[in-house]
Amino acid sequence: MAALVRLTDQVDEIINSIYDGKNQAEEERLREYKAAVKVQAWFRASRSRSYLKHLNKCALKVQRTYRGYLGRRYFRVLLKNTVFIMKLNHYNSMSCKIQKMWRGYYVRKYIFNYYSRKRYLEALQIKNHTIRGELTEFAEQQEAARKREEEKNDKKRQEYEARKRHHLVSTEVMPGIYNSPFLPYPSETEYLLRSVKPLIRKKAAEKEPLFDPVCASYNSKVPTVLPPIPQKPQGPFREPIDVQKQRYKPFQPSLRVATDFYSLEKARQQLKDAEWVTRINDNILQPFTHRSIPYEPLLHTTSKFGHLPYGTKFFRHEYIDRHIVPQNFKTLVPPIPIFDKLNDTYSQGQV
Amino acid sequence: MSRQVLQVFEQYQKSRTQFVQTVAELASRPQNIETLQNAGVMSLLRPLLLDIVPAIQQTAALALGRLANYNDDLAEAVVKGDILPQLVYSLAEQNRFYKKAAAFVLRAVAKHSPQLAQSVVDCGALDALVICLEEFDPGVKESAAWALGYIARHNAELAQAVVDAGAVPLLVLCIQEPEMSLKRIAASALSDICKHSPELAQTVVDAGAIAHLAQMILNQDAKLKRQVFSALSQIAKHSVDLAEMVVEAEIFPAVLTCLKDSDEYVKKNVATLIREIAKHTPELAQLIVNAGGVAAVVDYVGESKCNVRLPGIMMLGYVAAHSENLAMAVIVSKGVVQLAIALSEEQEDHIQAAAAWALGQIGRHTPEHAKAVAVANVLPKLLQCYLRADASEDLQTKSKKALKNILQKCVHLPALEPLLHDAPPNILKHVVGQFSKVLPHDSKARRLFVTSGGLKKIQEIKAEPGSALGEYINTINNCYPEEIVKYYSPGYSDALLERVEQFNPKV
Repeated sequence: MAALVRLTDQVDEIINSIYDGKNQAEEERLREYKAAVKVQAWFRASRSRSYLKHLNKCALKVQRTYRGYLGRRYFRVLLKNTVFIMKLNHYNSMSCKIQKMWRGYYVRKYIFNYYSRKRYLEALQIKNHTIRGELTEFAEQQEAARKREEEKNDKKRQEYEARKRHHLVSTEVMPGIYNSPFLPYPSETEYLLRSVKPLIRKKAAEKEPLFDPVCASYNSKVPTVLPPIPQKPQGPFREPIDVQKQRYKPFQPSLRVATDFYSLEKARQQLKDAEWVTRINDNILQPFTHRSIPYEPLLHTTSKFGHLPYGTKFFRHEYIDRHIVPQNFKTLVPPIPIFDKLNDTYSQGQV
Repeated sequence: MSRQVLQVFEQYQKSRTQFVQTVAELASRPQNIETLQNAGVMSLLRPLLLDIVPAIQQTAALALGRLANYNDDLAEAVVKGDILPQLVYSLAEQNRFYKKAAAFVLRAVAKHSPQLAQSVVDCGALDALVICLEEFDPGVKESAAWALGYIARHNAELAQAVVDAGAVPLLVLCIQEPEMSLKRIAASALSDICKHSPELAQTVVDAGAIAHLAQMILNQDAKLKRQVFSALSQIAKHSVDLAEMVVEAEIFPAVLTCLKDSDEYVKKNVATLIREIAKHTPELAQLIVNAGGVAAVVDYVGESKCNVRLPGIMMLGYVAAHSENLAMAVIVSKGVVQLAIALSEEQEDHIQAAAAWALGQIGRHTPEHAKAVAVANVLPKLLQCYLRADASEDLQTKSKKALKNILQKCVHLPALEPLLHDAPPNILKHVVGQFSKVLPHDSKARRLFVTSGGLKKIQEIKAEPGSALGEYINTINNCYPEEIVKYYSPGYSDALLERVEQFNPKV
């Protein structure tokens, strides 16, 4: 009980202390609350930061891995392409070489050969030279022939003139005008006169033709005497009635003009037609000697692919004279070992 | 008594004879013809054609022929006077002198125009003339062949009518006769028939004319040779086949000698024949070249003048046009030099045009050919022909085309230099184009181009930007350093002086 008494004595004190405590707590509460908020905020922040950090780290790892993967993939493609282009360029340059060789060979063999052209032109020049020479010679010959002819005519004319003037020749007693006594020797004309015979004009028999019935030339003289007019026209002519009749007879062409140009063909056709009409059987009976035997091909020259053209077929004309060398061209491009080594090919075509 | 009666007839016949003979005599002089025509000579001569005395008949025909020969009015008067049927009827029956005279009349009428020739044909003269060709007398054959030739020469229909009358085989027979004049006239008639169409020429060839014509090319007679070569060229001109037939008659080395003949027309006709053969195919041209024909023709072009040289010039052009090989053959045969001489010597436009064309054909193949043409100093002459004020249109187009062809292949710069100075813009374009092709690749040429003043000239050209000429000039300018281009540009000295004025000296 004592305790109770003690406690009763101390009631006030206790109440005061409780109040005090409550007041103090009331005073401290806000501060404590703020402090608690701060502590919590820090903790939560650091927690979520560490989480984010963790997430970032994970994302980086994923991205790194994936980007690495992509890069490697891209690199592979790039590498492939580069090698492809490299090889393609190489093949192109090689094929250029092959084509160059082949085209050069082909052109020289079949189309144009510089040396044969050169040889041809040289030969042509020689030919031209000879032709020119021959033609000049021919022209000279002709000129000479013409000159000879002229000289001949000239001489003939001179001789004729000399014959006409033969009376001017000197005689034993009297020197002629071309034989001057003051000169040591006679002139050339004198010698010419001496060498020719005098011209004696033959006297044509003066005979006037009475009448030229046919007027053999258009410039014959006009006849002076007319013949008596006979009953029928003069000359070897028929009776006028006959002539008249003949003049108005119908036109009679010669056989050549009268016949048709195609008469032979027409006659043949006619014969054929007649034969066709009179024929009894269209399938003409042939004797056994005319029986046609179907063609049996030879065993050696046939195959299941057809006929073998042994020396019968002509593929291409070869101009042997355009060949530079008789042998064929040897391959100059060495084989490419890398192609044999690699199974994989980067080019699209077949190697 | 009867003596008196007969004397009247005698008198009459005598005066008829005298009349026709005098008229025939008068008709041979052109100045009398008008008077004769006005005096009504036609109507007087017509009854005399039917005279009972043959001498009068033929003299009347002769007079008529001379009248009709004079001009086409009189020939038409003969046609209108219904004289032709009489002549044609009597052509079949009368003696040879009359036939000759009648054929002469027909020939004289037919020669003037196709219409008159057609009227001769309509009278049925062809059959009668063809029968005359079968006559024994060469004179009759000659005049008949002459008349047929004159009828056939006008156009293809008339020639076809002559062929249809069956004249060709007989004309071919006439060629083989010994008489020169008959051969000549028959060859000329064949030539007149052949010239119209390939079919007619084929008919003549089928009659075997070529072999006989080819035999006569070495004949001595110049006039015959003229006709023979004319006939052969008329045959060869139509088609490749016919030309090959002519060549197969082995005329080739032989005809070349005739290029040296003394007669101008023989030479001309031979050159025409060679031209007609060469123009068809490269093979035929090659054959002529291999026979040395080009050298012979080149010599011929050098020796002859004016119109005679024209076929030779054209032949060279045709040969060169076929292929580069043949063009090279012309060049090595020294054809270019002769063509250049012809181009500068000849006065007439059409010959110059032919020479220009031939040169263009030679130079258009490769740079080698163009160089061969250019070094003969042809380009300035061609330019001159093109620019001459009085040049014909044909010459201008031909020389322009030739210039263009040669320039587009020419890389021989020294020959191009002169053209820079005096060519008009449309030619200059090609010249500058050639420079722009060569200069980027040839350093020596670049240097020479500057020293010869070409670059300066180029800077002076005013080209529109964007045109082909402008492009070429740009290409050339790009081959040179900028300073030198500037140095040669017009107005550079002024620009330099201006810079001197604006320069501030550092003191």
